[in-house]
Amino acid sequence: MNAPRDLDWLLLSPVAEAPKQPLAPTQTTTGYIGASEPRPNALRLLEGRGVYIDDLRFPRLAHVVYFRSPHAHARIVALDLEEARRQPGVVACLDGRAIAEYCTPWVAVLAHLKGIKSAPQHAVAIDRVCSQGEAVAAIVAETRAQAEDALAFVAAEFEELPAVTDMHKSLAGDTIIHADLGDNVCFHREHDTGDVDAAFARADLVVEDTFEMARHTGVALEGRAMLADYNPSEHALTVYQATQAPHMMQDILSRHLGIPESNVRVICKDVGGSFGIKVHVYPDEMATAAISVMLRRPVKFIADRLESFLTDIHAREHSIKVRIACTEDGEILAFDLYDLTGIGPYSVYPRTSGIEGNQVVNLTGGPYKHQHYRAKLDVVFTNKNVCCQYRAVGHPIAVALTEGIVDLAAQRLGIDPAEFRRRNLIADDAYPYTFPSGIKFEKLSHHQCLDKLLALMDYDGLRAEQAELRKRGIHRGIGLAAMIEVTNPSPAFYGVGGARISAQDGATLRLDPAGMVNVLVSITEQGQGSEGIAAQVAATAVGVPMSSVRVTTGDTAVTPYGGGTWASRGAGIGGEAILQAGKALRANILDVAAAILSVDRALLDIVDGQVVDRLTGAARMPLSEVGRIAYFRPDTLPLDFQSELTVTRHYTPRGYGFAFTNGIQASLLEVDVETGFVKLLKHWCVEDCGTVINPMLVDEQLRGGIVQGIGAALFEECIYSAEGQLLNGSMADYLVPMSGEMPDMIIGHVCTPTATSELGAKGAGEAGTAGAPAAIMNAINDALLPLNARVTAQPFTPEKILRALRKV
Amino acid sequence: MTYLKSTTLTVNGVRMTRQIPARMHLVDFLRDELDLTGSHVGCEHGVCGACTVRVDGLIVRGCLMLAVQCDGATVDTIEGISESGEAAPLQAAFHRLNALQCGFCTPGMLMAALDLLEHRPDAGGDPTREQIREHLSGNYCRCTGYQAIVDAVESVLAFERNVQPAKADA
Repeated sequence: MNAPRDLDWLLLSPVAEAPKQPLAPTQTTTGYIGASEPRPNALRLLEGRGVYIDDLRFPRLAHVVYFRSPHAHARIVALDLEEARRQPGVVACLDGRAIAEYCTPWVAVLAHLKGIKSAPQHAVAIDRVCSQGEAVAAIVAETRAQAEDALAFVAAEFEELPAVTDMHKSLAGDTIIHADLGDNVCFHREHDTGDVDAAFARADLVVEDTFEMARHTGVALEGRAMLADYNPSEHALTVYQATQAPHMMQDILSRHLGIPESNVRVICKDVGGSFGIKVHVYPDEMATAAISVMLRRPVKFIADRLESFLTDIHAREHSIKVRIACTEDGEILAFDLYDLTGIGPYSVYPRTSGIEGNQVVNLTGGPYKHQHYRAKLDVVFTNKNVCCQYRAVGHPIAVALTEGIVDLAAQRLGIDPAEFRRRNLIADDAYPYTFPSGIKFEKLSHHQCLDKLLALMDYDGLRAEQAELRKRGIHRGIGLAAMIEVTNPSPAFYGVGGARISAQDGATLRLDPAGMVNVLVSITEQGQGSEGIAAQVAATAVGVPMSSVRVTTGDTAVTPYGGGTWASRGAGIGGEAILQAGKALRANILDVAAAILSVDRALLDIVDGQVVDRLTGAARMPLSEVGRIAYFRPDTLPLDFQSELTVTRHYTPRGYGFAFTNGIQASLLEVDVETGFVKLLKHWCVEDCGTVINPMLVDEQLRGGIVQGIGAALFEECIYSAEGQLLNGSMADYLVPMSGEMPDMIIGHVCTPTATSELGAKGAGEAGTAGAPAAIMNAINDALLPLNARVTAQPFTPEKILRALRKV
Repeated sequence: MTYLKSTTLTVNGVRMTRQIPARMHLVDFLRDELDLTGSHVGCEHGVCGACTVRVDGLIVRGCLMLAVQCDGATVDTIEGISESGEAAPLQAAFHRLNALQCGFCTPGMLMAALDLLEHRPDAGGDPTREQIREHLSGNYCRCTGYQAIVDAVESVLAFERNVQPAKADA
């Protein structure tokens, strides 16, 4: 089970009899770490009482909609907004120049991504549009319907320019999208470690393949949303935004709108899913804030579904050629790969669009112990929508090409895929370990995870069943995918490159007079359970029931400064800050109690919301009594004693660039070789995210992530025409996983806490998405193996499978 | 230019007569005119199910029905089925099993799940997991992976089978 690494700090009482053992759910005396507690903040959502941005009601609220470019690349010859301005209810019609007077442009580059370049990007296009959907004019009206009605009266004339939509052609550079940049290359990166050529020269087997990943997107059910409310009397801007990173947005709004940082307040209400989509700077959202400043009234922008498909960041359009060198007994000697990715016309602000490809070349081959590694990356501009970090950033690509080529090598050598992995996975006692790309692993558990997975799924039994069914013409496949995952990023991720994105997080814990604990924490909640695990950690650290904890997130004016929730960092970084603040508050509460009782603090403890005698466990006073005296009768305390019942602590991950996690997934599926349809039968995942704070929430993160990965593998693709027109920008045409096609998913855990924090928690939010596409791909190819067919271009649609089978 | 039609309908048990623009969708009427913001707008083209509400006992997409079409109808939203207690067993199971993350799909999902409980697909017995999945397959959830939702619905069915008949017998 998911025992925490070390509960010594919980077992403060010397007479406590409880040995180190897994905690049962709801066990409050020794803590909530490892307990499957339901999330307190889910109750309001279940009654429809959540408050998403579009649910806010403001006086004098104006609604903005955007007139968007119908072309992938065009010069704006003329833009006439007069007729639109005359429509009922219209407040303002604004072009790019008008917006630019209130919002400066940006260029998304980071110093540690050497050589990365991009062009200045405006909130609303000026003179030229570089992708379909780019905002060309803003229409503001008293109601959304009036604003949308007025859109039809915008008169725009465009002169189409050559559109670069194929990334190979972009790299060739016949047409340059931004002439000032000289070419279409946003970013280039190379690794060359060991002696790759020599390794390939002495290899018994070299296998090579090309993998294609389709551009897809997050499809958060709530569209992007912002309500900006500028108050000219105080030169203050309050922005209600569906975002993962409120302090990052505070900084960016401040700098680009010219408002002092302290006058900008960013508030997150409930957020309807994000998955990395809502951690970026979007031009239409910057324009919305600028318009609020300009009009000196609240302005709301809600992206509808069609513009979400067009303008939410896309991701993962990659083409990768990879080869590996092996010995005849199945030892991997070397990886060599080239990754080409097209990211749209601009690097996305402020995290850049170089990170995804950078992850691919950093992480490919990551579970394995080869010493020779070469990887080259080209990130190129195209005239499609921009691409940037989406859940599991780069991992689904790195894992798919790693595990795809590993399976091919195993097959050529006649070695079972599970056995092949066993021979090559980095040994569990080999840590700390530096991978040839330079990334460092503190401690991973690949072999434990593999063993657990094979037992969990009855691998041998499934193989036997598969062989039997094959005789009857039923084509089942079993696919494995080992993985590593970046979590708990240190300042090495963004800060060192110059991005003003916090790598540290903070928590303030306050004992309220009634004995409740109030938690303010800088991580954010988008449904993954940040506030729930914050309450669990706080209750455990202070020694109170979870029902005595209240958690507030997502308000730059209220919480300590921090990064927010992304890159699987909330529990590991925010959780540690809460733990340290909680321990300090516990000590401070005991100081007050000791002063009241005139005893040594060491003789007291806090259990279940009561100050107790450490030796006997006898109750001495409830925390409400500590609060009453500290706040209302401090005159009864010693003259030289001042209570401190509000405590703030921060935490920055250090020592390693990231707290890497590891895991392995397996897919069991059946391919209908007549129709090309894939039926998913079952999915397994064994994952090691260190200390598991709430197993139910972690399992649910993994399952949700797996289903997003399944979507990428089987259904999801933003299909563009050669002219750069998005052909399937609706939910009727862009397929997402629905409950009917999804399998049950069995989750297992291995627990290797990180020693870089006391809590020991690593991230779990992205592992499912990282490994699932590879597991699905390998399972399909396993099913197709006897038919001499193979697929490597996601998504694996029935058409592609039938083509591989030479049936169409 | 906006044509208003006098419409009488009952929403969550409250009878009302309103002048409603002919082109206004039911979900926009509920959200913007009545401030019943529990029904969510996810796609506005009838695919995602976030706006699922009940009209005369049957679930519909609030984005595919015009409000004026509800003249004489009874409309129930998440606010209504929460207040009445009708959804309480499902809500409790969803909470206990974490069958929701961001909560944006949840009101529509609960509406669809409640519909399954009230209109069993086969009169002979409880729906199977496959039938639960099938029934909910018009409601998109990006967060959970659906498994906990299926588990939650299954647990309510089991509760009804094991507890309620026993009560009825007694």
